[in-house]
Amino acid sequence: MPLDAIKIKNLCFSYPGISQTFWLEIPEWRIAQGERIFLKGASGSGKSTLLNLLSGILVATHGTIEILGQDLCVLSARQRDRFRAAHIGIVFQQFNLVPYLSVYDNIRLAAYFGRKKQDDLDITIKQLFTVLNLDDALIMRKAGNLSVGQQQRVAIARALVNRPEILVVDEPTSALDNDLRDAFMDMLLEICRVHASTLIFVSHDATLTRFFDTIVNMSDINQAGAKTNVF
Amino acid sequence: MFFNVAWHSLLNRKYAVLLALISVTISIYALLGVEHVRHEAKASFSKTISGVDLIVGARTGQLNLLLYSVFHMGSATNNIAWESFLELENEPNVAWVIPISLGDSHRGYRVTGTTQDYFKHFRFGQGTTLQFKEGRPFEQLFDVVIGAAVAEKLGYRLYDEIILAHGLGQTSFSLHDDYSFRVVGILQPTGTPVDQALYISLQGMEAIHLNWKDGVKLPGRSVTAQTLDKLDLTPKSITALMIGLKSKVTIFTVQRQINNYSKEPLTAILPGIALAELWQMMGVMENTLRLISALVLFSSLLGLSTMLLSSLRERRQEIAVMRAIGASPLFVFLVIQTETLLITATGMIAAVAALTVSILSAQKYLLENYGVFIDSFILSSEMIIVLGSVLAGALMLGLIPSLSAYRMSLHHGLAAKA
Repeated sequence: MPLDAIKIKNLCFSYPGISQTFWLEIPEWRIAQGERIFLKGASGSGKSTLLNLLSGILVATHGTIEILGQDLCVLSARQRDRFRAAHIGIVFQQFNLVPYLSVYDNIRLAAYFGRKKQDDLDITIKQLFTVLNLDDALIMRKAGNLSVGQQQRVAIARALVNRPEILVVDEPTSALDNDLRDAFMDMLLEICRVHASTLIFVSHDATLTRFFDTIVNMSDINQAGAKTNVF
Repeated sequence: MFFNVAWHSLLNRKYAVLLALISVTISIYALLGVEHVRHEAKASFSKTISGVDLIVGARTGQLNLLLYSVFHMGSATNNIAWESFLELENEPNVAWVIPISLGDSHRGYRVTGTTQDYFKHFRFGQGTTLQFKEGRPFEQLFDVVIGAAVAEKLGYRLYDEIILAHGLGQTSFSLHDDYSFRVVGILQPTGTPVDQALYISLQGMEAIHLNWKDGVKLPGRSVTAQTLDKLDLTPKSITALMIGLKSKVTIFTVQRQINNYSKEPLTAILPGIALAELWQMMGVMENTLRLISALVLFSSLLGLSTMLLSSLRERRQEIAVMRAIGASPLFVFLVIQTETLLITATGMIAAVAALTVSILSAQKYLLENYGVFIDSFILSSEMIIVLGSVLAGALMLGLIPSLSAYRMSLHHGLAAKA
């Protein structure tokens, strides 16, 4: 039986001191390993909060979040940071790289946090660059000098360097034009297939749903909004 | 790793960082400069005279007497009768007495009329006697011994003929041009006012004043060299006396004895105590300088943390990125602290280097013009402590930006969109 990549049970979350009502309430949500999910939701629907919870930056008020069988709530803040570095790759809409570091140093920094051994780092980077269609010459360039498309692909390489089981991407294509976007999506899905990564793709761009089998609507899993409507 | 990140982050903002670095360097330079010069000046100052138990002059304040007899500053209010000198010399407790007669100068450098005992008994530093770089003490009437700075500055060599001037001005209009003096000795540099003086015999001093009255040369009364030999050139009065005692135990007895001297009003001072009092007087200024340089340093370190703090706004995204790839808030904190450390440490190295260069280039000038020797070696243990506290202070103030970065990374999470 395949292990769940993500298993959420009775999750409640509220920002401390901000509101009495729960910002996020998820009775149950599971994602199997290797699944590729399109998570749809308007802004304010709790997407970012969910991502922060999944990556262990925020801690649930109640309930459990298990990632790859590990309950995040029992880990210390430091352990959660380490767990995130090793098992979850994250790519944002833009600004994914530390602009003043070289591409190489950006990736190396991620490897450092993921406790990856230095010797096979260069090989891994080379493989990722080939798949992502990135020129090797870019490696010593300052990340801030790259085009947006290049930056997003480097961000994927950076996110995958520790071979994380889960890849979370938050509107990675919104800064790209249509042609680049389709090429980027193809590449992303291909690389997830090769690495057998679980992919959570967050976006409000409905045109991208065609790349995915499973589409999850934020409002379907988050009960918090529904409850508020009752009152 | 955070060193690498901090380093590149600073390079990325090189202009702001450079300005902060310059400001930090200048303020550390000022602080170290004040501390070092103060320390060296004090050392140089306290070694101007040693081995002299008492200085005696006409009734005056202890500082004034010290200043004109040792530092060649200011002038005496009155003279001492020659008889007093003779009487003191015969005191049973007194080992030696050096008479000093002041009032003439040569191109701004003061001339001291004294005896050969001066070269025998006068000591400076840790009891070092005066050494001759060239030549010997004066023997003839018109022999002169010159201090190292005088020789250096005026380019005099042995056997040069020089003319003394009456009074103390840099350019005196009344010259003792009837007689010229011959340089017979040049002293080794001492780093004390001795370097700035010329030494002639009391008889020589008397001789050039024979045809003078009330500071004016009397016309038509010049004395020829032949008649000089027949004249009695014992001075009638002198300016001050330096006394060495047979036993230090009697120092206060002799001092009281001199202060109560019935034939004329005299003051006897202990040079060590007078030096301490003089230094104490300068202590106010010294502490003011220290306070000012400490405040300048504080404000420049505050400027440094302001620079880092304001940079955090634009670094919000970069912090979110680091958090996303697994950096702990502590890592973010350490990156900012390392940046503070790098700037401050670089500033320190630059300041120490700049100060060393400045001292090396000003050393000769200070020694020649002020008789103060400033060592170019700055990193004494005291200075290390000063530098250590600067670093500690910088890291304390660095807590302002680094703690905000820490809190930012705790609360903002992955909200890179800000």
